[in-house]
Amino acid sequence: MALLQISEPGQSTAPHEHRLAVGIDLGTTNSLVATVRSGVADTLPDEQGRHLLPSVVHYRRDAGPEVGEAALEAAAEDPLNTIASVKRLMGRGIDDVKRLGNLLPYEFSPGASAMPRIKTVAGEHSPVEVSADILRNLKQRAEATLGGALSGAVITVPAYFDDAQRQATKDAARLAGLNVLRLLNEPTAAAVAYGLDQSADGVFAIYDLGGGTFDISILRLNRGVFEVLATAGDSALGGDDRDHAIANWMWQHAGLTEHADRKLQRRLLRDARAAKQALTDAPAVPVQVLRPDDTVWQGELTRSTLVQLVDPLIERTLTPTRRALKDAGLKPKDIQEVVLVGGSTRMPRVQEKVEAFFGRKPLTRIDPDKVVAIGAAIQADILAGNKPDSDMLLLDVIPLSLGLEIMGGMVERIIPRNSTIPTVRAQEFTTFKDGQTALLIHVLQGERDLVSDCRSLARFELRGIPPMVAGAARIRVTFQVDADGLLSVAAREQGTGVEATITVKPSYGLTDAEIESMLRDSIVHASEDNTARNLREQQVDADRVLEAVQAALRVDGEKYLSRDERAAIDAALALLRNARAGTDAAAIKQAITAVDQATQAFAARRMDASVRAALAGHRLDEFKS
Amino acid sequence: MRLWRKLYRLTGQASAGMQADLAKNYFGLFGLPSTFDLDATDLAARYRELQRRFHPDRFASASEPERRLSLQLTAQVNAAFQTLKDPVARARYLLALQGVDTGEDTDTAMDPAFLMEQMELRESLAEAREAADRHARLESLRLRVEEDFEARTALLRSRFAENSEPARRQARNLVREMQFLQKLAHEVEELE
Repeated sequence: MALLQISEPGQSTAPHEHRLAVGIDLGTTNSLVATVRSGVADTLPDEQGRHLLPSVVHYRRDAGPEVGEAALEAAAEDPLNTIASVKRLMGRGIDDVKRLGNLLPYEFSPGASAMPRIKTVAGEHSPVEVSADILRNLKQRAEATLGGALSGAVITVPAYFDDAQRQATKDAARLAGLNVLRLLNEPTAAAVAYGLDQSADGVFAIYDLGGGTFDISILRLNRGVFEVLATAGDSALGGDDRDHAIANWMWQHAGLTEHADRKLQRRLLRDARAAKQALTDAPAVPVQVLRPDDTVWQGELTRSTLVQLVDPLIERTLTPTRRALKDAGLKPKDIQEVVLVGGSTRMPRVQEKVEAFFGRKPLTRIDPDKVVAIGAAIQADILAGNKPDSDMLLLDVIPLSLGLEIMGGMVERIIPRNSTIPTVRAQEFTTFKDGQTALLIHVLQGERDLVSDCRSLARFELRGIPPMVAGAARIRVTFQVDADGLLSVAAREQGTGVEATITVKPSYGLTDAEIESMLRDSIVHASEDNTARNLREQQVDADRVLEAVQAALRVDGEKYLSRDERAAIDAALALLRNARAGTDAAAIKQAITAVDQATQAFAARRMDASVRAALAGHRLDEFKS
Repeated sequence: MRLWRKLYRLTGQASAGMQADLAKNYFGLFGLPSTFDLDATDLAARYRELQRRFHPDRFASASEPERRLSLQLTAQVNAAFQTLKDPVARARYLLALQGVDTGEDTDTAMDPAFLMEQMELRESLAEAREAADRHARLESLRLRVEEDFEARTALLRSRFAENSEPARRQARNLVREMQFLQKLAHEVEELE
């Protein structure tokens, strides 16, 4: 339909410099960074030409951490100081970690925020810090390859990640000095990589079997807009489990006792992975285990044994797949395309099973290891403003319901799962006892009715309610979820206006104090000159703000601003330009905040006019037809 | 009156900084008159248009105030769409705008004839669960509930068109009954 052309406040009309933006797939087993160059999205290799960075960090006593291949090599010799599959620990509490059992050979100690910390020779490290080390490595790779500071990054997360896990991912990016443009669901990124956004309307399934997580997403494309109809998954199921299944088989056949030491566990895992990969080309491969008493067990792993070992794991992926289809109200035959994501889908057996389930051949044209990073890079390129004409819009949903604890240990749902985000919902509650002056707001995520069955995200108190009889106070609780799926909660007593607000810091997230001390630590320990880096980051930010505001003023400055208001904004801009020319990062930051404040009313008026214009266009169109 | 004030506050709070008249009414947000009758396809088209223009992704490189406004606006658009696209939620909202509280939580009094009918339907549901021809029974039950729901939707349309105090009272009862039927339909679906 033809709509009135109006300028959109978010998009500058003036040509601008190409901004360096990347997509990062922060995976359980491997991580990748990709970018769009000359219109083509591809992953960036390291100096040795390797695209995949193993998501492994090796901490050393007298040197900085090793990341990637070097760390992987150290894993067998120095297992306690080599952290792998850390994504499984993101946003998890010490109790969850214990439930993972002996899959993880690390020693944990609880931190100030109940987030587990892993003991290493280089001190204790939280999963967020370990992830930040991986992200920092990818950031450096991208900046070295592209020759400049990154303006921003899109980081992918499993669609099934809850609020705590998303927040932890964002914290890690912040620690690594990345400006997060958006957290993007991995399956959505995969669909974008295949250009499904440009295809005809339809319904797609994204089957993502990665190293440590399984996700299934049902996406609907409707007139160029993606909607996630349903997501389901299992955040503790993936190729790692397959490796463990093979390792267990070797361990049993070698007649080992229950107390295999950690080094042996590591070696078994490494050999299991190698055997599995060799089986893609050969019908059978020899395997051996060096027992602690230096005797050797030798055996053979065949494809049919492998199928027996992995079939139950592949079967387990079909349960969430059925659930997602049911949530979307669809049958397997309704799916137009199936996209395979994750290195584990290379296995022919997986492809067979998926094809049998959906009754159609899945898409495999793009390397399943790279497809998510490539999609994220395409999205990052658009979000950074390099393609102002792009019409792509990704609508996402929250994967799990959000609610509050009410009397009797029950959960009252405020935002149901699969609600499109961003969203805002409010509900009214009241006091339980006469004269009650405070209320504990306990925020939960999950589908069950009992508090004990849901994940606790945060607790905060609303204080200063004037004493009233039970049931007389009217407390409105508002939940707001942003486009990254992150929640903030506000509570307000309606009669008195007493308010309390928090951005939900999940119980397993980092406290602000922890983040601050980590940032300080990273400044002390980093090899690069952090003052210079911080300055560069603030300069990039300043340029972004200057450009956005100037573009807006060019278009609408005359229309919506009085002489005085315009003068105030010009003054703030002049101060920012001045600070930008200097070398004081803090001064730049302050000047940016001042510009933001000075332009608040201007932004509101433009947005408002823009909404009217969008709808006016509609009406005009209808009159014509 | 009370519920209306509540809604007003919610929208006012969620969209601080916006001009009040645009955001205070879900219909207004979509550029539609406050009527029960609306075209689902047109509503969806308006929804997509608003998302396409105002989603936070469009403002990723914009200034902080613009990013915040876009978040608040699209959150509101999503909440409004959820309400407007469902006939029961839409009717409840429309009644609230007209000062009528449907009061599902506080007022449990219902038309006895309707309640009798509901009890019968629930008995059929319980029987169907155990029956050998379970699927056929569930299917006919589903059709029956669907019919009842559709009939009430049509009635609701005429009640809202009339715009009188008695018509509003009747609309309120219809909304409450439709809520029952929705719940029942959901349970049938779960079993199917």
